Amino acid sequence: MNASYIILTMPLAGFLALLIFGRKLGEPAAGWLATAAAAASFVAAVVTFFSLLGRSADERSVIKSIFAWVPVAGLHVDFSLQLDPLSVTMALFVTGVGSLIHLYSIGYMHGDERFPRFFVLLNLFLFSMLCLVLADNFLFSFLGWEGVGFCSYQLISFWFERERPPAAGKKAFVTNRVGDFGFMIGVFLIFDHFGSLNYHDVLTPLMHGTPGALATVTATGIALMLFLGAAGKSAQLPLYIWLPDAMEGPTPVSALIHAATMVTAGVYLMARVAPILHYAPDALTVIAIVGAATALYAATIACAQDDIKKVLAYSTISQLGYMFLGIGAGAYSAGLFHMITHAFFKALLFLGAGSVIHGLHEQQDMKKMGGLKKWMPITFSTFIIGWLAISGIFPFSGFWSKDDILAAAWGSHGQLGKVLWAVGFLTAGLTAYYMSRQVALVFLGEARWKDTRHPAEAEEGAGLQGKPELTQHEPVAQSSGDATQVEGAHAGAQPAGGGAGAPGGGAGAQPGGGTAGAPGGSAGAQPAGGSGGGGGATPAMVGASASTHAAVGTATADHGEHAGHDAHSGDPHEAPWPMAFPLLVLGALAAIGGVINLPWGKWDLLSRWLEPVFPAAIAPEPHVATAVKLTLALLTLALCLGGLALGLLPWLRSIYHPELEPGLLKNAWYFDHAISAFVGGPGEELADFAAYKVDKGVIDGAVNGIAGLTALGGRWLRKLQTGYVRNYALGLAGGAALLLLYVTVRGGG
Amino acid sequence: MDFPILTTLIFLPAAGAAAVAVVPKTREDIAKVIGIAVAVAEAVLAIFMLVDFKVGEAGFQFVSHQDWIPDFGISWHLGVDGISLFLVLLTAVIFPIAMAGPKIHGQPKAFLGWMLLLEAGCIGTFLAMDLFLFFLMFELTLVPMYFLISGWGYANRVYAALKFFIFTLAGSAFLLVGILAVVFLTSSGGHLSFDLIDVARRTSQLTQTEQRLIFMGFIIAFAVKTPLFPLHTWLPDAHTEAPTAGSVILAAVLLKLGTYGILRFGVFLFPKAAVDLGPILLTAAVIGMTYGAIVAAMQKDLKRLIAYSSVAHLGFIVLGIFAFTSQGISGGVLQMVNHGLSTGALFLLVGMIYERRHTRQISELHGLQKSVPIMAAVFLVVMMSSVGLPGLNGFVGEFLVLLGTFITHRWWAVVGSTGVILAAVYLLWAYQRVFHGVPEGENAKMLDMTLREKAMMAPLLLGIVFLGVYPKPVLDRIQPSVDHLIAHVQHADPSLHLPTKGVGPVVAVGRDDNVDGGSTASVTSGSANAAPAPVPAGGTP
Repeated sequence: MNASYIILTMPLAGFLALLIFGRKLGEPAAGWLATAAAAASFVAAVVTFFSLLGRSADERSVIKSIFAWVPVAGLHVDFSLQLDPLSVTMALFVTGVGSLIHLYSIGYMHGDERFPRFFVLLNLFLFSMLCLVLADNFLFSFLGWEGVGFCSYQLISFWFERERPPAAGKKAFVTNRVGDFGFMIGVFLIFDHFGSLNYHDVLTPLMHGTPGALATVTATGIALMLFLGAAGKSAQLPLYIWLPDAMEGPTPVSALIHAATMVTAGVYLMARVAPILHYAPDALTVIAIVGAATALYAATIACAQDDIKKVLAYSTISQLGYMFLGIGAGAYSAGLFHMITHAFFKALLFLGAGSVIHGLHEQQDMKKMGGLKKWMPITFSTFIIGWLAISGIFPFSGFWSKDDILAAAWGSHGQLGKVLWAVGFLTAGLTAYYMSRQVALVFLGEARWKDTRHPAEAEEGAGLQGKPELTQHEPVAQSSGDATQVEGAHAGAQPAGGGAGAPGGGAGAQPGGGTAGAPGGSAGAQPAGGSGGGGGATPAMVGASASTHAAVGTATADHGEHAGHDAHSGDPHEAPWPMAFPLLVLGALAAIGGVINLPWGKWDLLSRWLEPVFPAAIAPEPHVATAVKLTLALLTLALCLGGLALGLLPWLRSIYHPELEPGLLKNAWYFDHAISAFVGGPGEELADFAAYKVDKGVIDGAVNGIAGLTALGGRWLRKLQTGYVRNYALGLAGGAALLLLYVTVRGGG
Repeated sequence: MDFPILTTLIFLPAAGAAAVAVVPKTREDIAKVIGIAVAVAEAVLAIFMLVDFKVGEAGFQFVSHQDWIPDFGISWHLGVDGISLFLVLLTAVIFPIAMAGPKIHGQPKAFLGWMLLLEAGCIGTFLAMDLFLFFLMFELTLVPMYFLISGWGYANRVYAALKFFIFTLAGSAFLLVGILAVVFLTSSGGHLSFDLIDVARRTSQLTQTEQRLIFMGFIIAFAVKTPLFPLHTWLPDAHTEAPTAGSVILAAVLLKLGTYGILRFGVFLFPKAAVDLGPILLTAAVIGMTYGAIVAAMQKDLKRLIAYSSVAHLGFIVLGIFAFTSQGISGGVLQMVNHGLSTGALFLLVGMIYERRHTRQISELHGLQKSVPIMAAVFLVVMMSSVGLPGLNGFVGEFLVLLGTFITHRWWAVVGSTGVILAAVYLLWAYQRVFHGVPEGENAKMLDMTLREKAMMAPLLLGIVFLGVYPKPVLDRIQPSVDHLIAHVQHADPSLHLPTKGVGPVVAVGRDDNVDGGSTASVTSGSANAAPAPVPAGGTP
C-alpha cells in the first residue's frame, strides 16, 4: 500500500526537477525525465492495484495520511489518500494513458522552443489529476480539481504568441470557475450538514441506503451544486463552451487533458458521491437529462465541423454526455466503464489526429486532407480501430460500454428512461456518422493536399509568409530518420531533412526548431540551423504555421499554399516511434478494452471490482431483461452500421455537401456566439458603467464632494502653516472640544 | 524582568528613523545602510518573537505594562496574541523588502526615515493594548504615508496624498470621538481607563444605543482604512500614485490596520453591537467583493487594477470577521497575511514593469512572457495566489472565510463565492493582455528580473507556497485567540446563533479569558454566564 505514495510523488518530483533543471536538460532529456516519472507512477499504481486486489472485497478501502493541511476548530482537512477500487481504477488509467501521452509528446513537441516547459506542466497536470482521484476528502480533491484546471489553462495557451490560444486558455479557466463555484457551495453544504469533508465520514454512513439517512432536499442541493462543478469540468451543457476552444492547445494536451483524463473528473466526482445521489432522485434525473441532451447536441455539431480536432472535441463532449447519462441512470460502473474505454479510443483518435496534423505540417482542415491511408499506415490502421470503437461496432470496446449505458438508461426513470434511451440511441447513430465522415475525409478518397500544392511558390512564399509576429511554434516537421520510418518510399523522400545538421538523434528538422526559437525571427533565419539541404525545409514550415494564424474560423492552415514546399518533400509522413508506439498500445486497448466488463456471467469484472464503492443498496442495477438488452444492443448496432455507411458514402464521393452541413450546426447552434456577444456587449458595457460611471462618478463624486470641501480647507490650512501638524492639531482640537463638552454635560447632569 | 521585546519592536524603527534623519545629507550611503540594517534587525527581532510565542495560548503574550499618564488612565500597554502575531511579522518582513527592493526616485535619506517611522507606527498599532496608545499609533502612520506619496509618488501624487490624508483623517475623527465616548461612559467613579481590557470588561454596561453608536464610529474609521465599500475611492488613487514601496506597504500593512482595528477594537469592545450590526457589514463586504472585482476588470492601468482587487480581497476579510465562526475569523486573519504577501508582491512586480517600460497602461504592454519569462512566471504564481488557486496561500484564507460564513450567513457566502469567478476574470484577462502575444518595440527589449529583484521576491514566493501547502503552524497560533474572541462575543450575546456542526471546540470555550468575563459581575455579563452551555461540537448523524 505504501506504493501509493509513490504514485503521487513521482510526478511531483518530476515537476520540481524539471522546474529547476528543465532548461538545462533541454530536449529531449526533459521529456524523457517526465515520461519516466509518469511511467514510474503507473508502475506504482499497478503495484497498489494488486495489493488492493489481494484483500477481501470489504477491506478494499485504505486511508493513507500524509500531513494535516487546514485544521481549524471542527474542520480537519488532511492531505490523505483514500485507496479504494474507484480511486485506484482512476489512478491506473490516468497514469497509464498519461505515460503513453508523455511519450508521444516527446515526438510531437520536438523542436518546440519551450519543450521543457511543456513537460513541467504535463507532470504537474499528472500530479494534480492524481491528487484529485486519490484524495480522501473533498478539499484535497478540489486542490487537484483546480490544479488540473490551472495546467489546462497554461497548456491551452502554451503557444501564447498566437492570437487564439491565450483567449481559449482564459475561457477554459473562467468557465471552469463558474463550475467551481458550484463545487465550493456543494462543499460548504456538505460541511454544514455532515461536519466533515472526508469521504469516509460523509459517505460511509450513507452506504447502506437506509431510508431517511439524508434529507432529500439536502441531498438534492449538494448533488446539484456538485453537478454544476462537474458540468464545468466535464464540459456539459451549458458550460461546455470552453472545450472546443481548448483545441488551440498542442494535440497531446487535447488527448490527455481534454479527452482522456481531466474532463472525466466530473464523472469521477459524481461517481464518488453516489451515496448522496441515492438520496437525491431528482438530481439524478437532472444529470441524466443534461447528459443525454449534451450527448445529442454535441453530436449534431460534430457532424458539420471541418477541423479534425473540433470534430473530436465535440465528440468528446458528446461521449461525456453518455457517461453522465449512465450516472444519471444510476449505472455508475457503466459510466466509469465508458470513461475508461473512451479514454482509450478518444486518446487514440486524438493522437492519430495529432499524427496527421504533424504529418501534414499543421494542416487541420479535413477538407484539405484525404487519401492518407497510403502515407500513414500506422496512424491509419490505429485510427480505424478508434473509429470502430467509438462507433460502437462489435466487438470493439465502445460497443460494450455504450450498450451498458443505453440499457441502463432504458431501465431507469420509468417512461423518461425510454426517451433518454432514444436520445442516446440517436446519438450513437450520429456518432458513427460523423466519425465515418472524418475517416472518409482524412484517410480515404483522393489526396486533396496534393491538389493544392504550388511547389513553385515554395521558396518565396515561405519567405514572405514567415512574418515575425507569426513565429512558428507547432513542433516542426519531423522528418525523422527514425527507426519506425517504415515506408521505404517515404524514407527516401526525406534524406535531406535527415541529414540536415541535426546532431541530436536523427531529428532532421532541427533547423525548424532553431527558427522557432528566435523571437520574431523571420523565416530567413533558418539556414543557421540547416547546414544541408534540410535548410530548405524550414521556411516552408514557418510558412505553414504562419498561415495557421491567418486563417479564421475552424479551418486553419491553408496548407496547400505553403506547406507543400518542403525542399525534400511536402508529402505526409508517418510519425516517429515515440508517437507511433502509443498509437499501437492504445489501438490494442481500444480494440479489446471491452473485456474488462463483459455482460456475461462472471465477466463483468469492472462492476464486481467497483461493487464495494457502489453497493446495490445505493446503486441498484437498473433492471432490464436480457432479451430486451440484446434487442436494444442489436438495434443500436444496426443503427451504427447504418451511420457508418451514411458517413462514408457521400463523403467519399465528394467533399461538398452543403445540405449535410447546415450553418446552424457548423456554428454550433450559435450558442457560443450568443454568449460571446452578451459578455463582450452588454456585459462589458455594464462593467464599464460600474467602473467609470458609478465608481468614478457617483461614489467617488459623492465623497469627493465632501472631501473636496475638506480638501479645500486642508489646502487653505497648508498655506497658512507648514502642513500636517496643522491638520493633525485640528483633529485633536476638535476631539478635545468634544471631550470638554461631554465632561461638562455629564458633570452638569 | 524579561527583555521588553514588544517595546523594542516599536522603538527600534523609530530610533532608526531618528538615526537616518541625523545623517548628513551628503552621506546618503550611510543613511541607506542604517535604514536597511534597522529594518532587517527588526525582522530578525520579530522572528525571535515568533519563535518564543507559545502555541495554543489564547491570551496576550510578552505583555508590557507601564503607567504613562495615570491621571487619565493611559498606560503603555503592549501585547501580542494570535490575531496580531502574524501581522507584526508580516510588517517586519515586508518593510525591508519594500525599502531595499524598488528603486527610489528622489532623496533616499528622507524616504528611508519616513519608512522607518511608518514601520514603528504600524507595529505599534498592532501591539497597542491601550486605546489612547492605539489611536496615537494609528494616526502616526498617516503622516509618513502622506509624505511618502506626495514626495516620492507619480504625476498625480499631491491629489492622491491629500485624498488619502483627508479620508483617513475624517475617519479618525469618528474614532477619536468613539474612544473618548467609550472611555468616559465606562469610567467608574471618575476613574478613567483607556486600557483595552478594562474597557472591554465594562462596555456591557452601556446601553444598546450607546454601544451601537460608538461601534459605528469605530467602524467608520476602520472601514475607511480597510477600505470597505463605499468608502474605498481614496484607495485606487493612493495606490496608483504612490511609489512602489509605498503601494506595497499600503496594501500589505496599512489596509490591515483597518481590518485589525475592526477585530480588536470593534468586535472585541462591542461584541453585542457587532453581532447586531453584522449583517450591514456583511452586505458591504459582499458588495465590495463583487463590485470591486467588476470595476477592477475594466481598469486600463495595471496598478489601478490591482488596487481595486484589494477592495475585493479586503471584502473577504470583513466577511470572515462578521461570520463569527472560528473558520471565518481565522480565515480572515490568515487572509490579512495572504493579501499582504500576494498584493505586496503584485505591486513589486508592477513596479518592476514600470521601471522598465515607464508605463502601466495595459494597452501598451504586450507579449511580455516572451521577453521576460522569469518575471512572467513569478507574476503567474502570485496572480494564481490572488485568484485563490488551492496549493497557494490565497485559497486557504478564502476557503475558510467562505466556509465559516456559509455556516452562519449562508446567502452572503453564496454571493461572496462569485468573487472567486470574478477574480479569475480580471486577473487572467490582465495577464493575457500584458504577457501573452508577441512583444514589439520596447516590450521586446525588456530585461528580465535582476538578481536583486529575484532576492526580494523570494521570501514572498516562499510565504505564498508555504502558507498554501502547510498553513497549520500559522492557524494553530491564530485559532486559540480567535476562539476566545468568539467566546467573548457569545458571552455578550448568548442568543448568537452558533452552528452545531463542524465548529469544534469554539463553542466549548466556557470562560471569557480575555476579559475575564465573570469577575465584573454586572447584570449583563452575569446573565451571559448563566446562559445555557454551548452545544457540544460534532453530532454527525
